Amino acid sequence: MKNVKWILFLLLAALSAHAQSVTAIRNATILTITKGTIDRGTIVIRDGKIAAVGAEGSVTVPAGATVIDATGKYVMPGIIDTHSHTAVEGSVNEISLPNSGMVRISDALDPYDISVYRQLAGGTTAALVLHGSANAIGGQSQILKWKWGRPLPDWFIPDAPRTIKFALGENPKSANFRPPPGVERQYPATRMGVEEVIRKSFVDARDYLARWEEYESRRKRGENPVPPRRDLLMETMADILRGRIDVHAHCYRSDEIMMLIRLAEEQGFRIREFQHVLEGYKVAREIAAAGIGAGTFIDWWGYKAEAYDAIPHNVALMEKNGVLTSVNSDSDELARHLNQDAAKAMKYGGLTEEEALRTCTINPARQLRLDHRLGSIEVGKDADLAIWNGHPLSTYSRVETTLIEGEVYFDRARDLEARQRLATEKRELLKKEEEQQAKEKKGAKEEKKNG
Amino acid sequence: MVRRASALALLILAAASLSAQSVIPNNPGKKPAVAIRNATIHPVTSAPIPNGTIVFSGGVITAVGANVAVPEHATVIDGTGLSVYPGLIDSGTTLGLTEIDSVPGTVDIAEIGDLNPNAMAAVAINPHSNLIPVSRINGVTAAITAPQGGLISGQDALIQLAGWTPQEMVVKAPVGMHINFPRVRSAPFGDQPQDEEAEKEARKSYRNEIEKLREILRDAQAYAKAAAARERDRSVRRFDRDLLLEALVPVVEGRLPVIMHANLERDIRAAIKFADEMKLKMILSGGQDVAKVIPELESRNIPVILGPILALPPREDDPYDLLFTNAKVLHDNGIRFAIQSANSHDVRNLPYHAAACAAFGLPKDVALKAITIFPAEIFGVADKMGSLEPGKMANVIVTDGDPLEIRTTVRRVYIAGEEIPMDSHQTLLYEKFRQRP
Repeated sequence: MKNVKWILFLLLAALSAHAQSVTAIRNATILTITKGTIDRGTIVIRDGKIAAVGAEGSVTVPAGATVIDATGKYVMPGIIDTHSHTAVEGSVNEISLPNSGMVRISDALDPYDISVYRQLAGGTTAALVLHGSANAIGGQSQILKWKWGRPLPDWFIPDAPRTIKFALGENPKSANFRPPPGVERQYPATRMGVEEVIRKSFVDARDYLARWEEYESRRKRGENPVPPRRDLLMETMADILRGRIDVHAHCYRSDEIMMLIRLAEEQGFRIREFQHVLEGYKVAREIAAAGIGAGTFIDWWGYKAEAYDAIPHNVALMEKNGVLTSVNSDSDELARHLNQDAAKAMKYGGLTEEEALRTCTINPARQLRLDHRLGSIEVGKDADLAIWNGHPLSTYSRVETTLIEGEVYFDRARDLEARQRLATEKRELLKKEEEQQAKEKKGAKEEKKNG
Repeated sequence: MVRRASALALLILAAASLSAQSVIPNNPGKKPAVAIRNATIHPVTSAPIPNGTIVFSGGVITAVGANVAVPEHATVIDGTGLSVYPGLIDSGTTLGLTEIDSVPGTVDIAEIGDLNPNAMAAVAINPHSNLIPVSRINGVTAAITAPQGGLISGQDALIQLAGWTPQEMVVKAPVGMHINFPRVRSAPFGDQPQDEEAEKEARKSYRNEIEKLREILRDAQAYAKAAAARERDRSVRRFDRDLLLEALVPVVEGRLPVIMHANLERDIRAAIKFADEMKLKMILSGGQDVAKVIPELESRNIPVILGPILALPPREDDPYDLLFTNAKVLHDNGIRFAIQSANSHDVRNLPYHAAACAAFGLPKDVALKAITIFPAEIFGVADKMGSLEPGKMANVIVTDGDPLEIRTTVRRVYIAGEEIPMDSHQTLLYEKFRQRP
């Protein structure tokens, strides 16, 4: 009994020590994003949050703090990717219905996807993991932090909003996809049909809500009505109408962008972010007026007809027209260097360095409504940081260390150090397996002989 | 003694009609002389020249140096604060062969069937593709354009990214025979081990594919022999021409390199073994596992076209930076290499593929060489391009900094001495919508 008490005590002590852990990053060039650049600065991290940030000397580093010397290095907030399909087990598309809003990406996550680690190595720390774009209304999506090595529940951000994927244009109308012989094409096949699917879904949701209201009021009157049948899809649509689920809408052409803005107004739902939005620059003013964000990529164009007018200046043009704009990846590869897409927003269209850096940090944080905790280096925010060996907008720079809530999730020195050990371990495991197989084979042979 | 053209000679003539393009298109006589002064000149093959001058005339570089006389009639450009580099060369693209990937009518990349040695990229290049200006205004002035698909995809062409006709664009064609070396097709779900039956099936089809390659190359050897025999002796019986085999004659005779696409160690080794057996002049393309086959590449002097660099490593347990570090390994071991974007629409990002190698240990000047002089050497056009030296094509770019940095702007581009308008489908849209009332 005494022993158990001791263990409990030690455990609690260890926990509180963990909770009070303090880390300091010193002598770094700090790109705060919202409050300028500090040439030689210190960041103090306590309990996973940024406790202090300022010029070297103006910030006290508590005794006993773990110190990371970042002389000659740059610190910026972890990059946030608002368009990811990383860590999704299997297909990202529940392809069978024009509206599959009842399904959730959070039910199909794979925390062992190696792309998560590779993205940490590119300074990316958080992402919106989206359902695919096969249907006009896809599944519910999930905002995560890339806490590689931690159990999946730790990856969820407690106050992150719920999100859902909408999709317009060629994908939901199956323009580049033909079903196998014998299977009929699925509705919709035109942009008219895509609009109708979304409109009808909201009309149905209102009827659904009305049925429940009717039921509630009859119950209040003392009647004993039969409750309406619960419908998970309709509940989802109703939650969008109630503002409880943020809409992230995949789109390309300017006409379909305008369509969804009008439809949202008519049906009374809010679009949080247009995704891809490759022709956003053509209607940037209208997107800004509607208060909708835009997450796009710089380079990709011409891979389909609706991407033929994509231009690398899209980010800058939208940003300059007042659209809250971010660069995002839609790719396990690009997600490793979104800093470079930010740099391209300077090259194409002339954003300033500060504006460019915002497109992969505070802007996506605002689009995800998590800017109270993510996207800049400010006291009170989550200590999600990336330490670079040079300016992150340079193609010659690479990430040295990535932290989430003050904990190191990627460190290049550790990675290099571990390679030999992991290679040896792999060899040994493979050898063991070979031996095991040989033994089994031999056993089977003998059994055959004896039998 | 007048000899009648044999089949072989015809073939050579046919090839020559493509490769003997004038290096300088568009009436070289009319190309004005240009002098860029007070700029930092980066010849690439020698040290940078601060406050230097470069002069070109008739499409050819005539002088580079610190103290260079400027011809009286030359257009003089003040390069104060600017840098001058040779135009960049992308060692692997499908430029000119595709416009919109999902619209088959605009795509001419892959022929039907496995064996298409007679498919020539140079034949199908659309000189008015919108992808070409998009690529060149960021400094890429020449590119290998390559057919894809099947086992023998066809003949690659080296093109300059300007010209009114395909013929004006072609600098050298063919530069290589593009072969996708067979690989054991992995399980449909990536890393998952496949069952024994499927594995057997995959191995069988792999062996069949190699056998197919071997067979057509052996046929080509025999064909070459027969053609040579008839060339020597007209009494040898006439035989019908076979265009597939004719296309392979320069390959089996070791005159035309094969650009052998292989990535994994096993496949690279098999490709090298095959090239040894068939006595092919091999250039390795892709090469994700090159670090594991250094001695084999070294002993045979096989050059490598690395890329794309900005791509994911092939296996789950690869180091995250595998593709970023390959170039350094090749450089440290003295193996010739160049870098490709392996792209079409985003060829403009070629310098950033090279920069990624520099971020992980390759010296910056070598990274630049991997997209200028190295590919020129590998493809046998170092006398024409790849550096700023007198006598070479005036493929010249003027920048406000290091072209491997994204934040650098390319200010001017000259291809074969001709100044290229700095616009594209994209910049025109940008200007149009920037001014939307």
